[in-house]
Amino acid sequence: MDKHAEAKFPWSHVIGYILSLVLTIIALVAGLNHMASLVALMTIILILAAIQILVQLFFFMHITEKHGPRYNVITLIVAFTFTFAIIGGSIWIMAFSQVSS
Amino acid sequence: MAVDAHHAGHAVDHSKPLELSTEEGELKILGFWFFLAQDMILFACLFATYIIMHNHTAGGPTSMQLFDVPGFVAETLILLTSSFTYGLATFEMRRNRLKGMITWMVITALLGMSFVGLEVNEFIHYATTGAMISRSGFLSAFFTLVGTHGAHVTLGIFWMISIMVQLYKKGLNPVTARKAFIVGLYWHFLDIVWVFIFSVVYLPGVMK
Repeated sequence: MDKHAEAKFPWSHVIGYILSLVLTIIALVAGLNHMASLVALMTIILILAAIQILVQLFFFMHITEKHGPRYNVITLIVAFTFTFAIIGGSIWIMAFSQVSS
Repeated sequence: MAVDAHHAGHAVDHSKPLELSTEEGELKILGFWFFLAQDMILFACLFATYIIMHNHTAGGPTSMQLFDVPGFVAETLILLTSSFTYGLATFEMRRNRLKGMITWMVITALLGMSFVGLEVNEFIHYATTGAMISRSGFLSAFFTLVGTHGAHVTLGIFWMISIMVQLYKKGLNPVTARKAFIVGLYWHFLDIVWVFIFSVVYLPGVMK
């Protein structure tokens, strides 16, 4: 049987939950107390959010569990590439329009 | 690796978790990852629009005036907790404990409902202070992004309830296990989207 069947206590889930709470609280405290410049704060908050994604993927969504080729991971990498292209590209191009207007 | 063919003519591999034990289950779960990838691109477009529209308030209310810190923190904690409780439902499913699994699914659905309740309340409050979707570019982008997420959560609750009914009627088998696992993926994905709404919309909206 699968190794999860023998686990008595859901340690990985509890660790994932605690991590997600800690990450959220760090972002909240840093953001609300203006602990750095706006750009530095946004960088910190987005890095914390990226770690949150990894916590969800590894602790709850069992991403590493697929047997055989990891097509789900490849799909996800493609989707993240598009996501960054859409969001990053939009911000970039709109920054130009604000300069010219 | 023990393989038999008792389930509807499909080979069942007992060395794997139930939801991945048939080829059909594995393929349908992979197909759902494809869906999540395209749903992520939908949200990417809405996030890009919001980021650009954030300061286009057209003289109407700004995010600073609207957003309520305890309100969005409560929504965030509820959704993070519901993602954890669904993780526990999957954990119980892996241990073949149907009762524990359904219990955690009920708790997850209740947390989901309280999240939607808080969000509907928040939207009604905004609307009564004149912050409607048509008021400014900022509010159009805000309601579209957060509302699309809220609609996803609402759908997820109904979906989860229907899977609970199937689990109750048919018990755990490769088909119901696969369906329950897929709702879980959907739910955890919505939690990820919310983490970004928290990090890009609400938190920067009250920082200045």
